[in-house]
Amino acid sequence: MLQNYFPILLFVIVGLLVGVGPILLGWLVAPNRPDPEKLSPYECGFEAFEDARMKFDVRYYLVAILFILFDLEITFLFPWAVVLKELGAFGFGVMVEFIAVLTLGFVYMWKKGALEWE
Amino acid sequence: MMEFLQGILGNEAGLTVWTLLKIVAIVAPMMGAVAYLTLAERKVIGYMQVRIGPNRVGYFGLLQPLADGIKLLLKEIILPTQSSKGLFLLAPVLSIGPALAAWAVVPFTDKLVLANTNASLLYIMAITSMGVYGVIIAGWAANSKYSFLGALRSAAQIVSYEIAMGFALVGVLMVSGSLNLVDIVNQQGHGVAGGSALSWNWLPLFPLFIVYLISGVAETNRAPFDVAEGESEIVAGFHVEYSGMAFAVFFLAEYANMILVAAMTSLMFLGGWLSPFPASWGVLGASGFIWMALKISLVLFCFLWFRATFPRYRYDQIMRLGWKVFIPVTLVWVFVVGVWMMSPLTLWN
Repeated sequence: MLQNYFPILLFVIVGLLVGVGPILLGWLVAPNRPDPEKLSPYECGFEAFEDARMKFDVRYYLVAILFILFDLEITFLFPWAVVLKELGAFGFGVMVEFIAVLTLGFVYMWKKGALEWE
Repeated sequence: MMEFLQGILGNEAGLTVWTLLKIVAIVAPMMGAVAYLTLAERKVIGYMQVRIGPNRVGYFGLLQPLADGIKLLLKEIILPTQSSKGLFLLAPVLSIGPALAAWAVVPFTDKLVLANTNASLLYIMAITSMGVYGVIIAGWAANSKYSFLGALRSAAQIVSYEIAMGFALVGVLMVSGSLNLVDIVNQQGHGVAGGSALSWNWLPLFPLFIVYLISGVAETNRAPFDVAEGESEIVAGFHVEYSGMAFAVFFLAEYANMILVAAMTSLMFLGGWLSPFPASWGVLGASGFIWMALKISLVLFCFLWFRATFPRYRYDQIMRLGWKVFIPVTLVWVFVVGVWMMSPLTLWN
């Protein structure tokens, strides 16, 4: 069982090394001539006059929260979907109820304007 | 071969070396495919715009990816003074690691698969979600306004489309009853249409197929959903401060992700390595790696075609499409498929 997952662990390590390798190689081969102007943050030619880590639109938080909600619903649906054929009509009916409640919530947040971006 | 290695190195080390060789046999062609996908992109878009595309370096421009690679290798890697240096260098690694690691469970034919696990699809969902960290960390660490805006947009866009993608996958799981990718493809091989192209998932799950394909384009931040880069407004988005090989790694990750999404679309909706013709057609009806490669190429061609054809979406349009169109469509179709499976007309027994 665990033997199946060993190649995956190795693959993750190789994947990360494929990222580290070229950067190290570039660092060794490429020139390195720092200059204050070159190293300043890019801002269309003039100097950055405030920190870039500024306040941002609250709607991004909203999207993140809604994402967590819906992603959880999907994780509930996954095991159900895999065994749906064995569960039959009763199992389907129960999940229809769940999806109906979820849809109600979705309609509510739509009407509340949580999805508006204008 | 494996016994030979185990004879020399002992059981565990032999197995490790043998697995590493297999991994290299996947990663090396993958890097080649990524390199030539960039050339294919420039050629295809060139011809679509009545240009020739790169044709100076090597015959038909075939050495162009090599030239690009060498050029990027010889460019300085800039570390901006105000950036968080450690995170800044970590971000490209976090971006390409998941993009490659996902290939551990992708089957190329029913025998040719590195790790044939029962949770393949869950693993792919999990590991591809990690890719967004690379983007967010890059945007944050660079400490430039454009990077920051690009990272925010990209993160919100990727998580929004992941929901539609997840619902589309629920539909596939319902009809195949397994999280194992080999089983998902094999299940498409026996339907009322006798395993030909008409019995694959794309037809009964057509709305989910379209939603998955378009969400795949949005997940990889490709045109017309490339507001995270938005070269005409926020110059290059999250990787504006990256140069040289650090930039190249982001670039590799984007294209590796494209190939991954194309492979997943082929496996889940287009029958993977199955032949589009009935099995009675002899050579044409035989399944094999060549069909898988052709299907991946077809989906990739669509990616390039979209980029050449569609103007960029506005950000509010992207969010509206993801939340107000795709999620309702997938919810309805999951319900329809459920009723279909429970009815006597079911295709899936």
